Formats: sequence, C-alpha cells, structure tokens
Amino acid sequence: MASTPEPSPTPGWFEERIGLRSIRAFLAHKTVPVHAGTLWYYFGGVTLFLFVIQVLTGTLLLLYYRPSAAEAYESVQFIMTRVQFGWLIRSIHSWSANLMIFSAFIHMFSVVFLRAFRRPRELTWFSGIGLLGLALAFGFSGYLLPWNTVSYFATKVGTDMAAAVPVVGRNLARFLRGGNDVGGATLTRFFGFHVAVLPGATTLLLLAHLALVQKHGMSSPQWAVDDYGRKGQPVPQMPFFPNFFLRELMAWYAALGTLGFLAAVLPWELGVKADPFAPAPAGIRPEWYFLAPFFTLKLIPSHIWVFEGELVGLLGFGLLAVWWVALPFWATDRQGHERTRWVTGAGVALLAYLASFSALGYWR
Amino acid sequence: MEARRRNLIRWLLGGGFSASLASFLYPAFKFMNPPEVPEASVNEVSAGRVQDLKPNTGKIVKFGSLPVLLVRTAETEWRAFSAVCTHLNCTVQFQESSRQIWCACHNGLYNLNGQVVSGPPPHPLEPYSVHVRGDEIVISRRA
Repeated sequence: MASTPEPSPTPGWFEERIGLRSIRAFLAHKTVPVHAGTLWYYFGGVTLFLFVIQVLTGTLLLLYYRPSAAEAYESVQFIMTRVQFGWLIRSIHSWSANLMIFSAFIHMFSVVFLRAFRRPRELTWFSGIGLLGLALAFGFSGYLLPWNTVSYFATKVGTDMAAAVPVVGRNLARFLRGGNDVGGATLTRFFGFHVAVLPGATTLLLLAHLALVQKHGMSSPQWAVDDYGRKGQPVPQMPFFPNFFLRELMAWYAALGTLGFLAAVLPWELGVKADPFAPAPAGIRPEWYFLAPFFTLKLIPSHIWVFEGELVGLLGFGLLAVWWVALPFWATDRQGHERTRWVTGAGVALLAYLASFSALGYWR
Repeated sequence: MEARRRNLIRWLLGGGFSASLASFLYPAFKFMNPPEVPEASVNEVSAGRVQDLKPNTGKIVKFGSLPVLLVRTAETEWRAFSAVCTHLNCTVQFQESSRQIWCACHNGLYNLNGQVVSGPPPHPLEPYSVHVRGDEIVISRRA
C-alpha cells in the first residue's frame, strides 16, 4: 500500500544555509496600499529596473570601449559598426539612461504630490534625492565618453560652471577636468567616475534607500487615509508578493518594450569626433534633463547689479536645490500642520519651470 | 578612577582611529588633485598664408593649447582674439552674414573689437596682435 511521504522534520539543504522561510515570512508581511494613486508606486521599481539594464549594458560596452582622447570615439564607432549587436547595446545603454532619469523624475514628483516624504520618511527623501543627483552625474560623465563635439562642449560648459563657485571653484574645476582645460585627462577621469566611483556610491545609497523603504513601508497619502477613515476602515492593502510584484513585473515589461522600440527605431547617434580647435556648432544643446538650466543661463544677462550673471544663475540653482531638498522641513509649520497647498504649489511651479524651459531650450 | 581610565582609553582609541583615517585620506585627496603640467610658453604662431583666408572670413588657429580666432575683416585688415567665450568657455566663431563673433552655446555676440554686443558673456574677448610678414600671417600675444 502506497503512503504519502511525511514532511521532513529537518530543514532542507538551502533552508538550513539561507533561511528561506524567514525571507518568505518577510515577503508575506510586506504590503502595498491600494487607492487611486497606487499606479505611482511602480516608478521606483521601474527606475531600479532601468538602472540594472544600465549596469548590464555598461558592462558589455566595457569589453570594447577605450577611454582615451585618441581612441574613445573610434572605439564607440567600432562598437556600433563592427561588433555584432554593438549598435543595439550602445543604443539601449543611452536610451535606458534617459528613461531611467525620466522615471526617477516621475518617482520624485509622485512622492511630492502623494506627500510620501512626511515624517518619518525624511531620510528616504534625502537618499532618493541623492540617487537622482547620482543619476544626473552618471548622465553628465557618460555623455563625454564617446568624445564627440556636443559632449565636448557640454563638458566645457558644465565644468566651467563648477569654476564659477566662489572660493573653491578653480580647484573644483581642475579636479573635475584633471587639468586646466577639458582634454584627454578629463575623459579618463570621467570614465573612472562613470564606471567605478558613481556605481559604488549609487549601490551604497540605493541599499540605504531600499532599507528605509522596507523599514517604514509604503506611505498612504493623507486623502486616502481620510477617505477610508470616514468609512471607519483602514486603507486597503495588497500583499507585496506575489500581487504587487507581478504587477511590477508587467511595468518592467512595458519599460523594456518602450526601451527596445526606442533603441531599435531611433538608434542613438554618435555625432562628429570632438575637435578642441573647432568652434561650438550651431544648435548645440545638452541632454534634455539639463535643458532648463541651459536655457536659463542663456536668458541671464552678463551682469546683474555688480555681479556676473553666471554667478547669479549658479547661486539661484544652488538655492533652488537646497530649498527642494529641504522640502520635508518646510512642508509642515511649527504647530505640525501640513502646508499642503504650499507643497502642491511648489511641485507644480517646479514642474512647470522644468517643462517650459526644457521645451524652450529645445526649440529656441 | 575607573571613569577616567575609560575616558583616557576612549580618547586614545578615537584619536588613533581619526589619525589613521586622516593618514589614509590625505594622500588620496592629494592624489586626486591633478599636478600642474608646465607647458611651453607660446608667444607667436604662424596662421598660414594670406591667400588661404578670404576677406570677411575667419578661422580658428592653434595658439599653443589655446584656440585663437583669426578674422580677415577686409583685404588688408586682420583681427585676432582668444576664441574662448568669456561666459562658459565654449569656442566662438565668426559669422560672415552679421560680421560678428558668435558663441553657439548660449548665444553670446561680440563685435569685431571683441566687445560684448549681446547675450550673457561678462567680458570682452582677449585681443591678439596680427602681423603680415611677406605672405605669412603671424599672430602674437599683446604686450
């Protein structure tokens, strides 16, 4: 007579070594709030997914890329014309960088409009803003690596803005450029930042950001808490695993589909090799995420009162950044009341500035 | 007595740790600061022959490691300026249609004396001297 096997009283090989049961228990406890704004929760994961694609395609590009002024452009040209699927890998790397920053911006603004930065999530906000800063630094350093005309002048402008910082500016610009001007030393240095320093810093900050998200759980917006509160119910929750995770996977597929479409239909161009003795070409402009400050700098006159316009612009950008980073501190008044209208107004104003000045920077 | 001993040990450990950290970080920071590389001082360069540049045209000339803009404003009139825009370091160009010097990066405009006409540049372009020796154009730094 056949008998059903008894469950083993001793843990399995992996269970004994890893403790899968505790991971399963942890996942079973994690939940995600379900309300009209749940859609916005997916963008953090999408940003992370695109970052993983960056790491994978970047690792592949490293097999052929040569970081010197004499060889960088030719090595990218080689990747795009001679290496099998080289054009695709490079195009995916460039497009996913742009989509990652776009997704990170959506994630940031959704955090603002859903008020997910509120106490006790201030450190989650700071680490997120730090990650966005690192993503922009990835974009700026990676932009130079093909060593083409546009990237050369973008780096000249970017590092010269650093030189305008009072007191430490000159040393800061020299540190970034690896010398007095943008050249081969800058390329080598930016390569080092792009493939070692920034990935290391991003990994550490990302772990901190994810740990904080785990610790505090997903934030429910106040309006959802109030809506359900009036019915005498808590905000409904969805198990993270497998319910939310499977939906997140669908979002990743959508991102992958968009990425594949853009990379294949609009392959990223290489442009003309940088020539330090050629003038900046007409129509030159930076990547879309730097267009707003780029157009602002175009509008600022040479002098404002006794100060150089460039310095005033830089000071303005600095103050704007500090004000935005400090959002969790000014979002509530001294009595602890939320300044909901201020936050929404500030978010809409910043969004309107970025969108309109980016459009103007692109078209004019 | 016990508290003082603990305090002393804490200071010794903390001080030792801080000192060893500083001894690691100091050379690392110094290493990241690029050394000054002396460049051969250039005071004069040949910018080619007179017939290579038509009137009302300009070109960028290598002046050591710096770009200099040479403009032939008329048959016998030449001007030269640093081609580095005083706004944010881009390289300027001569616009034949408007007979002005233009920076494409942020739309800075200079006249043929190097003075700012419009846009964000805060200072004029640094002028250089131009001499014609036979049929050779020579650009030199102004004293």
